[in-house]
Amino acid sequence: MVMEYNPAIPLLRPHIDLDNQGFWEAVKQHKLIFQKCKDCGLLVHRPRPMCPRCNSTEKEWAPSSGKGTIYSWVNFVYANAAYPGIKVPYLVVVVEMEEGVRMLSNMYDSKKEDIHIGMPVEVVFDDIADDLTLPKFKRREAETKVIR
Amino acid sequence: MSMFDQYLARRYRTTVRPRPEEYKIKDNVAIVGIGATEFSRDSGRSECQLACEAIKAAADDAGLKIEEIDGLVKFAMDYTDEMHIVSSLGIPRLNYFGECGWGGGASCATILHAATAVAAGAAKYVVCYRGMNERSGRRYGRIPGVEQVMVSPNDHYGSIMPYGFATPPSWVAMFATRYMHEFGATSDQLASVCIVLRENACRNPKAMFYGKPLTLEDYRAARMIVEPLRLFDCCVDTDGAVAIIVTSTERAKNLKQRPAILLGATQGIATQGEMMTSVYRPRISGIPESWYAGQELWRVSGITPKDVDVVQFYDAFSPLIPMQLEEYGFCGVGEGAAFCEGGDRIRAGGEVPCNTSGGHLSEAYIHGMNLIAEAVRQIRGTSTSQVKDAELSLVTGGLGVPTSALLLRR
Repeated sequence: MVMEYNPAIPLLRPHIDLDNQGFWEAVKQHKLIFQKCKDCGLLVHRPRPMCPRCNSTEKEWAPSSGKGTIYSWVNFVYANAAYPGIKVPYLVVVVEMEEGVRMLSNMYDSKKEDIHIGMPVEVVFDDIADDLTLPKFKRREAETKVIR
Repeated sequence: MSMFDQYLARRYRTTVRPRPEEYKIKDNVAIVGIGATEFSRDSGRSECQLACEAIKAAADDAGLKIEEIDGLVKFAMDYTDEMHIVSSLGIPRLNYFGECGWGGGASCATILHAATAVAAGAAKYVVCYRGMNERSGRRYGRIPGVEQVMVSPNDHYGSIMPYGFATPPSWVAMFATRYMHEFGATSDQLASVCIVLRENACRNPKAMFYGKPLTLEDYRAARMIVEPLRLFDCCVDTDGAVAIIVTSTERAKNLKQRPAILLGATQGIATQGEMMTSVYRPRISGIPESWYAGQELWRVSGITPKDVDVVQFYDAFSPLIPMQLEEYGFCGVGEGAAFCEGGDRIRAGGEVPCNTSGGHLSEAYIHGMNLIAEAVRQIRGTSTSQVKDAELSLVTGGLGVPTSALLLRR
């Protein structure tokens, strides 16, 4: 069951700023990247103006494998406590990526019964509007062992 | 070792205690007045009127004239402003005023800021208040109908709203899922929290849920709001206001009530946080802000959790009580839900009596200020679920955001 939207109530768009625009531009091209400190190598998500470990402002973008596991989840089932532009039920998940950073996103086409903490997932890009692509996740077969 | 590593390892120990003269709030400042409107689903009055009524009630409770109020601390989130409040109440002048941010995290912080002013001699009688038509007016988590494409107002909202991660119950549910997974906590254990608080509310005629007991069957049968949280895991949206008056312990001697004397008041911000969605931290099954605020509170007061007689934990959602039992040191990491199981240990006669007015889940949700009023009633001996001979009363502020905490004594 693919997530369904209510076109009468558009989603809030991401707030693109100087720190995160590289991330969102890559997503538009169906690529997932994370901010990496050029000095100490720390991967950071969400993008920040400064490395929280070494305070360097020199950073680059590192490609992600797109693979991770579900770290936590919630299931929106009651419309009054959900975003009105999305039809319930829908799942929001925190995914722990192979690279060690976490991402907040949706499950693209899963029901609550089909997911659990620790489940392997991989990124999928959902072009939900002309001006909005979101990185979401779907179940994947665990062909590689995810190191935590 | 970074602060967060210390949190994860729980190795933080206070080695240097401040000399008493360095922490000027302890013993020198007291809460002398509490006031509130009724709690309802539709007040029919402006938020400013609610706030003024509560402030007047608090002044009457203390035995103070409105003219004597010279300081005011409000919530940054409150829609009223101090000019309007001062004009409406006829306060002649204020020489100290300010506001505290981060929603319910401001509750005990307003008392800290008031106490700081009193201890420093910047003001004599400072009122802290919160007035809200949270049920009939602008409810949290209700996104107004947006007919046009909108850009999120900031990077934080822009990182959650496009995914529909939009409402407070969902934000706490994300922590709760992980907490339940890591520690084997169950929804029936959360039910125990809700049931005990409802029992307390059923003894409190002013509570929204007075006369409406809750059974385990009711809890289980209620609809899911954001799974895994059910209806009764969520606080009760309320119209109402609460005001608290702070002055020096010395001045309190000439006022009407037994003072609730401050042992300490603290705030806490922890790193890698976001407003209610700190999912990028090494561990999300706990609330580091609360732990920091607690550690600082025990340090400045010289009190330990085992000395505390009664607690009002900020309980916008039920999982926050077991989590805070852990973060404030009443039980070990991961033991909070089991601590609450069956409810006996958190009932009025138990080891850690919790939220004796019914809390946010069952009395009213006035952003933490009604919890402070109840903490004061416990010191006065006037709670409807009075803990016998309560001498030390803890209350905590909203969490998941920058938080605050307050410890009172007789």
